[in-house]
Amino acid sequence: MTDGSQRSGTKWFLGGVAVAGVVAAGVLALLVNIFERKQEARTTFVRVTEVTDTTQNPAVWGANFPFQYDLYLRTTDQVRTRFGGSEALPRTPTDADPRSIVAQSKLEEDPRLKRMWAGYAFSRDFREERGHAYMLDDQTFTERQQVAQPGTCLNCHASMYAVYNALGDGDLTVGFERINQMPYAEAREHASQAIACIDCHDPETMRLRITRPAFMEGMRAYKAAQGVADYDVNTMATRQEMRAFVCGQCHVEYYFRGAEKRLVYPWANGLRAEDIYAYYRASGFSDWTHAETGAPVLKAQHPEFEMWNQGVHARAGVACADCHMPYLRVGAQKISDHHVRSPLLNINNACQTCHPVAEDELRARAERIQENTFALRNQAMDALMDLIGDLAAARGRGTSDADLAAAMEMQRRAQFYIDFVEAENSTGFHAPQEAARVLGQALDFARQGQIAVRDARYRPIVPARGETDRR
Amino acid sequence: MRYMGTLGRGGAVLAGIVVGLAAGVGGFTFWYGKGASYLTNDPAACANCHIMYAQYDGWLVASHRSVATCNDCHTPHNLVGKYTVKGKNGFWHSFAFTTGWFAEPIRIKESNRAVTERRCRDCHTEMARVVDGADGGEPRSCITCHASVGHPH
Repeated sequence: MTDGSQRSGTKWFLGGVAVAGVVAAGVLALLVNIFERKQEARTTFVRVTEVTDTTQNPAVWGANFPFQYDLYLRTTDQVRTRFGGSEALPRTPTDADPRSIVAQSKLEEDPRLKRMWAGYAFSRDFREERGHAYMLDDQTFTERQQVAQPGTCLNCHASMYAVYNALGDGDLTVGFERINQMPYAEAREHASQAIACIDCHDPETMRLRITRPAFMEGMRAYKAAQGVADYDVNTMATRQEMRAFVCGQCHVEYYFRGAEKRLVYPWANGLRAEDIYAYYRASGFSDWTHAETGAPVLKAQHPEFEMWNQGVHARAGVACADCHMPYLRVGAQKISDHHVRSPLLNINNACQTCHPVAEDELRARAERIQENTFALRNQAMDALMDLIGDLAAARGRGTSDADLAAAMEMQRRAQFYIDFVEAENSTGFHAPQEAARVLGQALDFARQGQIAVRDARYRPIVPARGETDRR
Repeated sequence: MRYMGTLGRGGAVLAGIVVGLAAGVGGFTFWYGKGASYLTNDPAACANCHIMYAQYDGWLVASHRSVATCNDCHTPHNLVGKYTVKGKNGFWHSFAFTTGWFAEPIRIKESNRAVTERRCRDCHTEMARVVDGADGGEPRSCITCHASVGHPH
């Protein structure tokens, strides 16, 4: 044995030990990684704090459910989609309106809307929608408040469950009625924030529940028309139905009934535009008298729930939350994404679970539907403007109410049907064929109205309502 | 102990410790990560990783649950093919899941999709022949339409 081979032997040996050491370290790192993954597979919920039926502050709920709370806070995000989303335009705050960012005015985008709503508060100020976080501020500071509004408006623009219970001494409906009868400014004092966890979730079990009396009553009337008596949504709805119903508490067409300004969802005949129109006709209700034509007309407000119900997704059992709050994987937990927003901003999670198609193709399809709807809406809007122009001119010539009755009825119909699609926030996507059907009919009503202005004996043709939908 | 050169007995002990550590930690990790389960056909082994829970749960209620396990559809039938595909996928799945470098929702790769399509035809030979057509043109995809027979989504 020489020195040289002894030293080279040492080098090999030390090299081998070094390699073994590196391998050991690497395997340990892998072991730790596997351990982490196994930990992720445990669904953990830590009850850090008690949440009760009066806990309105979402931050308290958020202590127990931090993922959902963090996502919920993101509804302040302002990202546009082509026809929707949320947006941020700067403005200079004033004493009356301290907002420094607002959404684009729809009246500026399309001045025909002003004429459609002439004589009504909506012709003063009407803006694009924004995220849930802004609901209370946008309602508080819109110029529509310059016209006296009732407290009823707060039902959908604030967290009201705890407020109703407090005002009603434990009776939700009594509190609801009390708020309805206050002027807005007074009722506003009772509200402190936008919609929160308590408005949709039971604090004990976290299960979804309905907290708005107007929805409970509207649903009961709707189900009664379908032959289901005494429908109580909180005990009879399935979990998947609830994933649409909680949104349906507010994303609906409504009106304020009577002197007590009760919030009512006009669903006793059904959920389609013509069903709701028939309801208003039977009850003799109008929102206002058109300033140019003198016609008693209706305003439709955001009927997403009604429109979605007519579409193929509803038919397939896809609820609002499936697209607008899709499941998100956090570790091994599957949680609903509480950043409620346009699915076009989240195509991956919202669409590709069921539609394994490239994002570009899905987006293109959705936008195609919206473009088609928008084009039809523009056509119908032009027709309505023509009708309003004709009616106003006829008024100017002194034509009698009796002679213009049919034409004004056509204006009322056309306007309501157009508004039904215009105010609906999916630009047709929730039910493309239904949106096109409603707009097509609106176009026809407007043109028939023009004929009726020119010929007092013309009897407009309105399609028969047919059976109410069976869903 | 010529190979240890100048290090002598202390070196031997050091060697023993380090190599033993590597072997021991390695063996423990193999056991902890359920390494042996991947040599079986048990579908629960594929669900060792929580990201596969949806597919595993789906398979439990799907139409093929009593006639096909994961390997029956996702690996070729022959010995060499099966273990090649198993080995390749095993490595890449482990790599992806350890590093987190993969896109979601998870979509099957083309090569694995081809394996699955061939497996449909291995069992449903006659039916597939009818659908694929005798003209020898490009075969149809079974799972585009029959997407939920193995696991929905």
